[in-house]
Amino acid sequence: MPGEKEIRTQIASIKNTQKITKAMEMVAASKMRKAQDRMSATRPYSQKMLNVIGHLAHARSEYKHPFLIEHPEVRRVGFIIVSTDRGLCGGLNINTFKSALKAMQAWQEKHVEIDLCLIGAKGTAFFKRISDNIVAQVSNLGDTIRISELIGTVKTMLDAYTQGTIDRLFLVENEFVNTMTQRPKVLTLLPLVPEENDALQHHWDYIYEPDAKAVLDELLTRYIESIVYQGVVENVACEMAARMIAMKSASDNAGELIAELQLAYNKARQAAITQEISEIVGGAAAV
Amino acid sequence: MAMTLHLDVVSAEKEIFSGTVSAVFAPAKMGDVGIYPRHTPLVTSLRPGELKIEVEGQEDQYLYVSGGILEVQPHVVTVLSDTAIRAEDLDEAKALEAKQRAEDALKDRKGDLDAAKAQAELVRAAEQLRMIQRMRKQRR
Repeated sequence: MPGEKEIRTQIASIKNTQKITKAMEMVAASKMRKAQDRMSATRPYSQKMLNVIGHLAHARSEYKHPFLIEHPEVRRVGFIIVSTDRGLCGGLNINTFKSALKAMQAWQEKHVEIDLCLIGAKGTAFFKRISDNIVAQVSNLGDTIRISELIGTVKTMLDAYTQGTIDRLFLVENEFVNTMTQRPKVLTLLPLVPEENDALQHHWDYIYEPDAKAVLDELLTRYIESIVYQGVVENVACEMAARMIAMKSASDNAGELIAELQLAYNKARQAAITQEISEIVGGAAAV
Repeated sequence: MAMTLHLDVVSAEKEIFSGTVSAVFAPAKMGDVGIYPRHTPLVTSLRPGELKIEVEGQEDQYLYVSGGILEVQPHVVTVLSDTAIRAEDLDEAKALEAKQRAEDALKDRKGDLDAAKAQAELVRAAEQLRMIQRMRKQRR
């Protein structure tokens, strides 16, 4: 049985850990709220953009943008995988990687090669061990992400699609269901299929300035970028939620441990006192 | 009733403006355009510049856009504003950077990144400890 002093130091150390996990929990909670706000702030842009693209698709333009063209034969696919920069957020990243690996395996079985584009430090650390085809990477984005930080990474993949290097492009990120649940999802980014929508039936003949090609180029690139950006922002919200939950359970566990140790400590103290008394009594009797 | 049109200005990061206005003036790529209600449908890209919004009975509002897309439908105008400064060669440089980072990440596959970071922190902690010990000695 460990002595009183050892138990006391152990309790003190667990209490320190608990303080840290509690602080992290609260920080994550407040950051999560902000990330959620940011998440909803990004919605109008891509919604509006989707509308414009829908209109343009209906406006009978003779120009077919490369992003809208489906490559009939698939020889190489691209994956954009979004992960967090920091750990201590439960199984969030591992779940993302698992679903990414599953999707990748399905392609590999068809002898399709895979190019990776990694956003976030954890993804880089994980995939650099198992894949040689990392074509673009970005990490240490912080909690407030600027779209300008993602442009280069996304452009690498978009260029690859335009040049015909890759035939499909997917995005893997976490969906923010609620605070308790984050679900990894795999989205097809390219080829882009404009949604058929009844509301779009009335169409206009647009004037394009400078011309249809230039405008569509800009529009579609920005659209894909905004989808990736949204994914990354959503992933941040997921990260914060997952961290909050992980830290909450860590704090709870620390509390339980402390309670157990406190009990052991009390028992040890009691035992020591009893022993001392019986020694004194024994000593007095001997005299 | 005065003729009005609905204007939405959004960027990828947030919604900037939404409301009923009487006219919009935008810096389009081929020259500035003024949009009044019932303008013919138009899609154009924007260059960086000032977006002037006229609302009846109110002072004109000015917004800065660093490029983007302007879409005009008969009664709805949408400005998809960029937040980043865009240029073809600037984007290209960013793409190259992203590729470079990927190569760097692959290169130090053997030297584990986390291990290296931990080691650096260990060295710093040891240095701090030594400092504290020295200070204690001096005090005695």
